[in-house]
Amino acid sequence: MTQVLTSAEEIAARIPDGALLALPPEYAPCSMETIRALVRRGARDLRLLGVPQFGIQAELLIGSGCVAEVETAAVTLGEQGLAPRFTEAIKQQRIKMRDTTCPAIHAALQASEKGIPFMPLRGLIGTDILARREDWLLGENPFADDDPIVYLPAIRPDVTLFHAAKADRNGNVWIGLRRELMVMAHASANAYATAEEIVEHDLLDDPETAPGTIPGLYVTAIARAERGAWPLGVPNLYERDAAHLAQYAQMAKTQQGFDAYTDRWVFGKAAAE
Amino acid sequence: MSEIRTEEVMIAAIARMLSGLSHVAVGAASPVPGSAALLARRLTGGALRVSLLGRVSNPTFTDGARELFDCAAQGRIDAFFLGGAQIDGQANINLVSIGDPDKPKARFPGSFGSAYLYFVVPRVILFRQDHSPRALVPKVDFVSAPGVSAPNVYRPGGPHALVTGRCVFDFDRDAERFRLKSVHPGHTVQEIEQETGFDFDIPDGGETPETEMPSREWIELIRGPVGEEIRELYPEFASRMFGTA
Repeated sequence: MTQVLTSAEEIAARIPDGALLALPPEYAPCSMETIRALVRRGARDLRLLGVPQFGIQAELLIGSGCVAEVETAAVTLGEQGLAPRFTEAIKQQRIKMRDTTCPAIHAALQASEKGIPFMPLRGLIGTDILARREDWLLGENPFADDDPIVYLPAIRPDVTLFHAAKADRNGNVWIGLRRELMVMAHASANAYATAEEIVEHDLLDDPETAPGTIPGLYVTAIARAERGAWPLGVPNLYERDAAHLAQYAQMAKTQQGFDAYTDRWVFGKAAAE
Repeated sequence: MSEIRTEEVMIAAIARMLSGLSHVAVGAASPVPGSAALLARRLTGGALRVSLLGRVSNPTFTDGARELFDCAAQGRIDAFFLGGAQIDGQANINLVSIGDPDKPKARFPGSFGSAYLYFVVPRVILFRQDHSPRALVPKVDFVSAPGVSAPNVYRPGGPHALVTGRCVFDFDRDAERFRLKSVHPGHTVQEIEQETGFDFDIPDGGETPETEMPSREWIELIRGPVGEEIRELYPEFASRMFGTA
């Protein structure tokens, strides 16, 4: 049975140090409230998987010293520019980086969905991404002569964490179009979601919502978090807060500025404007 | 009508390359190609299908972030666009870092889908507004995606052209080299030779044509409905280019 928790704090408490934590892209709803709660609880040695890329979620965790490793196709603040805490952590060699490409992450998660040990993928041959990935294998198509192809080991995250417009008391979570969240939940040992609202009816009973709903079968726990994606958006509910993200990008250029940001916006300490 | 901007020359040049295609997709951090694709769609009366990654309204894809890549693998995407912190003369692109990747002098967001889409999309158009020896280098420091592959590597796709703030290059896949196609008004072949860090071919005859400027009608489309459409994904770009909504 999916647990219905009362806060993002309770979800953060269930994500252990050292976990392989899968996070969605910024255009799928992100559980920023839980990310902030992870910073508040002082999480350590997290291994982040950006599916397939992320931004401020990784920034807050990296800048707060919560992260040991990152595997993703990109870390970016979009129109707000480069991700400053990520960039500095790489330059100072404080985190281990596994560069990859978007479809390699999707394919490796699909292998876990299917319970198979690896997935072959086209492309990649001749890239420095492949050259630097000791865990990937350049093999052969077993059904053809002289057709090289890359094998990717399955990725099974310990935790998938995301946000949604709505969930229900049975732990079903409506994701609409954002079906990468479905793959992530299927592939992960645990999935946690915050939601704008927890509705009283069963989302699987309604033919309009059932196809876009992750069944509670795959969901470990949910919690309500109103505006839980802020400063990112939730499609059709609220937009990303571009002014706030620009302010973040400005402040996070230095560690001192980043610390002032988290003091105010993560720990909620009063700040001088 | 105010002066035509470099971005608008690039948008028009890219839009011309999409003529006759049926489906183009646009990835992350691509406001200029996105505008070009939306312009091309309007010029075909909506016949060209344009898939803008991350778009909320009227999305093309309904099966999550993987669908773009699977769709490309099926041969259903005719053109895609890639940038590069560095691009070299063999059309290798670098979206990762400058210097030793373990101790980089500069670090960029990452390779996104380039290491896959460059192989499977037939017409990949490279774009880079900053045309300088810093950006267009003899050899990239990190190969996010290679311009060319060995004959036994499955590769229906690859580089088609490179559009910069100064000119348009075609890529010759047999020669594995860029060839200067046209020079934007106000720029010269000599300047382009000085500002390009890699060797490229200049077609015989010497007189490289000027890049065709967008017509008044195209500029009105770019600054009007195309600008409004691209604003959903790139509000900063749209405000800088076209003013506030």
